Amino acid sequence: MIHLYQNNGYNIVLDVNSGAVHVVDEIAYDVIGFLERENPLHTVESLRTEETKSRLLEAFADKYTQEDVSEVLAAVLELTVAGRLFTRDVYEGFIDEVKRRKTVVKALCLHIAHDCNLACKYCFAEEGEYHGRRALMSFEVGKKALDFLIANSGSRRNLEVDFFGGEPLMNWQVVKDLVAYGREQEKLHDKHFRFTLTTNGVLLNEEVQEFVNKEMDNVVLSLDGRKEVNDRMRPFRNGKGSYDLIVPKFQRLAESRGQQKYYIRGTFTRQNLDFSKDVMHFVDLGFEQISIEPVVGEDSDPYAIRECDLPDIFREYDILAKTMVERERAGKGFTFFHFMIDLEGGPCVSKRLSGCGSGTEYLAVTPWGDLYPCHQFVGQEEFLMGNVDDGITKPEIADEFRSCSVYSKEKCQNCFARFYCSGGCMANSYKFHRTIHDTYDVSCEMERKRVECAIMIQAALVDERI
Amino acid sequence: MKHIKTLNTQTLNNTVKKGGCGECQTSCQSACKTSCTVGNQTCEQKK
Repeated sequence: MIHLYQNNGYNIVLDVNSGAVHVVDEIAYDVIGFLERENPLHTVESLRTEETKSRLLEAFADKYTQEDVSEVLAAVLELTVAGRLFTRDVYEGFIDEVKRRKTVVKALCLHIAHDCNLACKYCFAEEGEYHGRRALMSFEVGKKALDFLIANSGSRRNLEVDFFGGEPLMNWQVVKDLVAYGREQEKLHDKHFRFTLTTNGVLLNEEVQEFVNKEMDNVVLSLDGRKEVNDRMRPFRNGKGSYDLIVPKFQRLAESRGQQKYYIRGTFTRQNLDFSKDVMHFVDLGFEQISIEPVVGEDSDPYAIRECDLPDIFREYDILAKTMVERERAGKGFTFFHFMIDLEGGPCVSKRLSGCGSGTEYLAVTPWGDLYPCHQFVGQEEFLMGNVDDGITKPEIADEFRSCSVYSKEKCQNCFARFYCSGGCMANSYKFHRTIHDTYDVSCEMERKRVECAIMIQAALVDERI
Repeated sequence: MKHIKTLNTQTLNNTVKKGGCGECQTSCQSACKTSCTVGNQTCEQKK
């Protein structure tokens, strides 16, 4: 399977199954496109035939010289021999092996507080309460969660714990106590905890900052962008905007971490489809690690992204990608989470096939110690998998998540981006289709666009165009 | 090649045998929480 597209003046050819990315000139773009349309299952043998060559020469007789077309065909053949064009999906047979592997739990999302001091309008946690009651996690429950993680992590050394909410700073002492407990336990069990904190910043102060910089591997700072955008969706419970209070605190924190190991993370909605301006607002505020994600909402929500919004969103991603290339060349680059792509050192096939790990490697823990496949399933009783006292009591739920892959989803079969999103978010699939083995189509469209932009940026920065 | 420039030397199938150590980060722990972003991660062994 080959995906061809043009972006920002680059002709890009992605050989989906090998992951090989080629930047090509117009002749090669046309020739490869012709060959792919003619026979997506071309082989070295079929490319070598006189019939293939004569069809190509005939097709482009009016446009290109025979010499040029023959040169491109020879190059295509060379790349096909090298396993970088017209490759087959050989991983489907491998998926059984991947799925049979004994998984260990390596990450927990600790719902330290099911309560929040903001009332964000799009919150999937419903102002922190997750379809349930307000509650704070006790140290005892948190301690059992860390014990559960250690006990179920096998030989995995690096263990991840995200302090999540609601707003975790509303239960700050427990966060600190759990970090201290984790540091003590990691020595005893030869583990290493990577703690992260996701916060809205309302309660961020010097003391929190100092602790976070000492102990947290990553911090996710929630802010949506421009003041009017942020304050429309992220007000306090009394309706007042949160921007003015939070921005200086986040700026100080980001600087104090040397602009590393954090993300300023926003959500865009159909009320700010011009979200590239929000990204650039973050840049203007001095932030260098930026993530802005599309909201996931019900069709009836006025802020939810609709299919008709996609052209606007694609245009914004294009603007952003182009801007990032320009800024990088000028030595003023920044990171945009969804455009990060590592073409050389990216994840292995095993990781790409097994997806995000929810329900198997990654679990969410509620304030009272219940276990769910991930933070987004919390409060949906049919996904309650067990608790920190008894462990996993419904292994069939983990089995269901383990069985989910790009090969269990029909829509992924013909999608060029399947090895980048690994089948997409299972919680989103369930939200829209009541099964984890489907995909949230609007999200897929955006993911494909982001992958295209991310690859274009690499093409632009590696070299000038051909 | 005159008409084609390949950006990467690694291919996915090279990682079939060597990969799968599981030491990499869980994707939702970084900054997404509402999508799936496996492809933008880095292999722990190549860091």
